[in-house]
Amino acid sequence: MTALAALTGHYLRVAFGNRFSLVFSALQPFLYLVLFGPLFDRSGVGSWAVLVPGLLVQLGLTSAGMSGFSIVFDQRFGVLERLRVTPVSRVTLLLGRVLKDSVVLLVQAVAIIVAAYALGLRAPLAGVLTALLLTTVLSVGMASLSYTAALTLRQELFAPVMSTLVVPLMLLSGALLPMSLAPAWLDVVSRLTPFRYAVEGLRALFAGSYASPALLWGVIVSLAFAVLGVTLGTRRFQKENA
Amino acid sequence: MIHARGLTKTFGPVEAVRGIDLDVSAGEIVGFLGPNGAGKTTTLRMLTTLLRPTSGTATVAGADLFADPTAVRRRIGYVAQGGAFAPFSPVGEELVLQARLYGLNREQARERVTTLLAELDLPEVEERTTATMSGGQKRRLDIAIGLLHRPELLFLDEPTTGLDPQSRANLWEHVRRLRERDGLTVFLTTHYLEEADALCDRVLIIDHGRIVAEGTPDELKSEHGARTLDDVFLAVTGRELREAATA
Repeated sequence: MTALAALTGHYLRVAFGNRFSLVFSALQPFLYLVLFGPLFDRSGVGSWAVLVPGLLVQLGLTSAGMSGFSIVFDQRFGVLERLRVTPVSRVTLLLGRVLKDSVVLLVQAVAIIVAAYALGLRAPLAGVLTALLLTTVLSVGMASLSYTAALTLRQELFAPVMSTLVVPLMLLSGALLPMSLAPAWLDVVSRLTPFRYAVEGLRALFAGSYASPALLWGVIVSLAFAVLGVTLGTRRFQKENA
Repeated sequence: MIHARGLTKTFGPVEAVRGIDLDVSAGEIVGFLGPNGAGKTTTLRMLTTLLRPTSGTATVAGADLFADPTAVRRRIGYVAQGGAFAPFSPVGEELVLQARLYGLNREQARERVTTLLAELDLPEVEERTTATMSGGQKRRLDIAIGLLHRPELLFLDEPTTGLDPQSRANLWEHVRRLRERDGLTVFLTTHYLEEADALCDRVLIIDHGRIVAEGTPDELKSEHGARTLDDVFLAVTGRELREAATA
């Protein structure tokens, strides 16, 4: 427990000490909010309360999803190995990083929601707070998988592979336009990605429909995704050379 | 302090370490020598729990390497060849974090870091990053991070490679003092044979994954009728190279 707190605290100090990367990893969804949001709001497809949940999932992908990048450097400079000769459990070594990513994401998500309010978003507070919780759960899975990928892929491949992967995952989630508009094949492909369910669950929360099946599915899939991510991540961290 | 029997490590078809036995007693400074690629770092990484041996048995600092790696980790320090610091992070924070991972609270960790840095002639470096330090300072800093938790046994992988003669001599002094004062056991690899001669109580020479010579520097020299440890080293390693050349 002490070790987890020490690790998380350390990574948080580093993260919040680097304002540039804090802003940069949230820049994409923020640009969509400001430059695409006003169009979306007048398009007749839906209001801010439909777009913003999608942007939270996009934020998860660009922020937590890319977090593995930091471990590439730690590996290169021997920091990771230095941590691995300590008695701290391998799960803790992973979770210290992941918890930091979740806190960072939460702060970024709050900033985006506040900005969205200023632009015209109206949603029930309880729904928004629960949505933040659900986004955090999702980010645990994303960050864990990101570290797993970073330790599995060749170092120089991580950034190009992940930043390319983020695009189809985001489009297929229906983050920018609801998948109810999609042709059948696209709808099917979209249902094969976890983020589709997360987006729809978050939309249900922003709409205040707490009893909808979409929310239930969003919660189930997000939790399963987080468990899967941490399991795979732990396995990778337990391996040699991680 | 270390008892290993028949340790092997294979990477796919490559047998990096082919069954080595070693014994290191408490308080000894043992040099582990060998040509590049002989299996030194692989052996060190096995003994420090970073690599799982393919076969063999070992107890390190009184704990079984296979059954209880966590206990081994608690009792050993490891200073890797390539260093342990990212060049953009203040070293004080990294050291405090590392100390806390061994169970010290924040205050204890800070105190320990300050004391240790002073002992290693590194006062007032806490706010700095390694980017602004000399090679000798960086190396002492790496050693500091291996000593934070007062280990019984310290592994040093090529601690003096790339250092100027003064920095090397200075580092030896620190290693000797740690042994005299704290009874620290040190297991180190090096390519500088005069260093092994001057610093180590005993040396082991590894070649092609096997230990090919073992003894005090003087024993080895008289055994091979050699004037320096360099001559011993050349006599016992690279046999295959020479045979290939004369065939």
